[in-house]
Order: sequence, then structure tokens, then C-alpha cells
Amino acid sequence: MPAVRKKKTTARKPRNTTVLVATRKGAWLIHGDAQRKTWKIDGPHFLGHVISHLVLDPRDGRTLLAAAKTGHLGPTVFRSTDRGRHWKEAAQPPAFAKAADGGGRSVDHTFWLTPGPASEPDVWYAGTSPQGLFRSSDGGVNWKPYSIINDDPKFREWMGTAQDGTPDGPKLHSIIVDPRDARHLYIGMSGGGVHESTDGGQNWKTLIKGLDVVEGFGFDPLQPTFHDPHCLRLCPSNPDRIYQQNHCGIYRLDRPSDTWVRIGKSMPKSVGDIGFPLVVHPRDDNRAWVFPMDGSGVWPRTSPGGKPAAYGTRNGGKTWQRLDAGLPKQQAWWTVKRQAMCSDTQASLGLYFGTTSGEVWSSRDEGKRWNCIVRNLPEIYAVETAVFR
Amino acid sequence: MRVMIPSALRSYTDAGQAEAQGATLALLLDDLDRRHPGIRFRMVDEQGRIRRHIRIFINGMQEHDLARALRDSDEVIIAQALSGG
Repeated sequence: MPAVRKKKTTARKPRNTTVLVATRKGAWLIHGDAQRKTWKIDGPHFLGHVISHLVLDPRDGRTLLAAAKTGHLGPTVFRSTDRGRHWKEAAQPPAFAKAADGGGRSVDHTFWLTPGPASEPDVWYAGTSPQGLFRSSDGGVNWKPYSIINDDPKFREWMGTAQDGTPDGPKLHSIIVDPRDARHLYIGMSGGGVHESTDGGQNWKTLIKGLDVVEGFGFDPLQPTFHDPHCLRLCPSNPDRIYQQNHCGIYRLDRPSDTWVRIGKSMPKSVGDIGFPLVVHPRDDNRAWVFPMDGSGVWPRTSPGGKPAAYGTRNGGKTWQRLDAGLPKQQAWWTVKRQAMCSDTQASLGLYFGTTSGEVWSSRDEGKRWNCIVRNLPEIYAVETAVFR
Repeated sequence: MRVMIPSALRSYTDAGQAEAQGATLALLLDDLDRRHPGIRFRMVDEQGRIRRHIRIFINGMQEHDLARALRDSDEVIIAQALSGG
């Protein structure tokens, strides 16, 4: 494990921000001006395709990867090297190894895309459903199964079956590469817990200490099977700090400790600390935002009470502030999925989220005030920001 | 051999029909993929199974077996399943 070291990051001068929106029926690029006041919508790209994630390669500022499938066709990855003007399909999309008896798993969809670190300019990682970890070393053109995870009997048991995952299948997500060490990886498995490798995926250590499991059924908290991390985020300003939105609360982990601390207990009781997305501040490791949802009863997966709000902390989760100015005050029953909330890097940090009802909201002042910048898109699966070069 | 292509796959072929050769259905799809790279994986998964919402008809009869032998005179239709809607 690398020594604890805080990385200095500075706010960037205002540059045009583009919001990359992946939806159940295609992708849209929403181009903003430098002040983030006016927005121009570009799309649809891949109309009718289920786009799970659309991500810019921050290393070159122009390559985009889109994880796609359609209702009838198998999954693939599309790639653009000119900021989304033209797209070309990956030559070999993520696919499991062929089993000798023909009974092996097949990728239903690629769910998560992570560009590699600056030291590995052509490396990308992908997480899939059913759960698998894949890697490309040529910029996303050819993908191969990566690490022991996909076929290890222990991991396969923790991954569960289609009945154990989210409504459209168990997902491997939140692939994080330590910016100080390309061989140091974290992954989240829904379900199956959080895992860490310090040797480029050859060996893994489970990181579930301190995480709660669903109460009342006698589930063993030492078993990864019973853990469902929804979203992990590493702080760019302090890569030894990770925040997690889990099925059972909001947590923080400060390495080298391996014990998560539940920081969601200080959320209002009427709202709770269940949700999917989590965003960290790029320059302040004490600041993070979540978007709670109703996880009571039959798990409605709506805003609690039909009153959507983000919550932000300025002190590492000791206290949380409700941030709902500009959002509907009542009868708004949408929510925000795990990849559908993000930030930009400007001095007054911009926050963005996309809703299950097809709206994109932005804030130019770190969540104090929200504005709807696009309406009437399909159900939004993922929102990322991009600064093109 | 003439292969009928459904609308969902015409981004690969640019047409509703394509030419391909093969002594079996599997070899025909391999040849189709050589001519139109990427098209096979959208229809057949990595384990060699025809995907859930893809249907293949040979001379009007649905075929599930990729080892099915073909003759030059056979007509192959690839279709999107109705899938309930």
C-alpha cells in the first residue's frame, strides 16, 4: 500500500463543460458555455440503444466510449475519437471466455467504464452484468477478461445469480484505479461486496468490515454475499479516502484502515441514508454529496415522500445539509441512479444529476441552487461531465 | 446464399439482404461476420448460443441449431423476436 499522501489539486479555469447523458433509449451530449448558463443539446446518439455509461477519456480529451445494447441485440461498446461526431464499434467487446461444455456465462450488458490512469494511456476497464471485470489495452477496441474474478469459484458464489442482483441483473461497478499506483484497484459488486487488489488483479482482499447487512434475517456480515455496495468514490485530493453509498447506508473508509465507518447515521431519520449515487469534491476530501431514495417497505426507489433533495457534507459525514432549492417541493416521484450524479472541476463546483423521469439538473454553486437544463429524455442511467480538448 | 437482415442489424449491412456462404448455419454466420464485422456477436453470444430475442428461419422454419447443414438454395432469414411488443 502506498504511503498516505495528500495530492494537491487546483480548480480549473472555466472551460466549456459537456454533460454526457446515457439513457435507456440512447445518449445525448449537452454542451454548456463557460459560465454554465446556456446549454445546447446534441443527440440522440444510438437512438433506441440502452446506453449504460458514456465516458470521456480524460487523458486525451476527445475519445468517448459508450456501453450499449438493444432490446434484441447483444452488448457492445462504441468508440468515438472525435468528441462524438463519428462512432465505431469495438472489434472485440467484453465477453466471457468460452466454456468447453457450452454452459458458460455470457455478458448481457457492459454497465461500467473506467479509463485507466495517466501512466497507462490506452487502458480501460469495464464491469458487466452478469458480473465480470474486463480490460482493454488499446483504447477500448479489443477487450479481454481481466483478473481471476470472472472464473474464481469463491467470487462466483458471491456474485450470485440474476435473482440476487438489481432488477436488471447483478453488476460489477465502481472500478477505481489508485491515481498513485496503476496496480492498486478497487471494485464494487452488487451484490458481493467491496474488493481491493494491490497487484493488478491477481489477488484480492475483501473490504466489508464495518458495513451493515439487511437486519432481521440473521445474515452473516462477514460474508460478501450479503453486501451490496451501490457506489464507491475515491477522493482525488486524498486517494486514501473512499466514500460509499451502500444498500445499508453511507460509509467512509480512510486507508490504511480496513473498517468502514457509517457516516449516514447523521442523516435525518425521515430521509434515511439509502440511495445509489455519491459524488466527492475533486479538491476537498471532507465534502461529498448523495441523493437519498426511499428504501422502505417494498423499496419504491423514489425520492422519499416525493420530495427530491441532494444532501451534502462539509466535514466528512459528521453532518449533512439538505440541498433542494429549485427542486420540486412535492409529488416528484423520480430518483437518481448510481451513475447518474457527478461534478465538474470548476472553482465554484458544478453538480449534475439525471433522473429516472428524464430530466437533467445542474447546480453552479455546489448544490445551493438547482436548475433543470433538459427535460423529456428517456430514463437516465448515467451522467458524466466532459471537458473536450 | 441470400440472407435476410432485420432492421436492427442493417447498420452493419446497409441493406435488408446480404450475401454469405457456409456449409452450416454457424459457418454462414462466420462468413457474414467477415463481410460485416461485429454482426455475429450481436446475434450469437460468446458461448455459441443464439441470443434470446433473435430468431433464425431456414426456408420458413425456425432453426435453433447452429450446426444445421445448409444448401446453396436455402433461404435464411434473421429476424427480431416479437418479444411481446
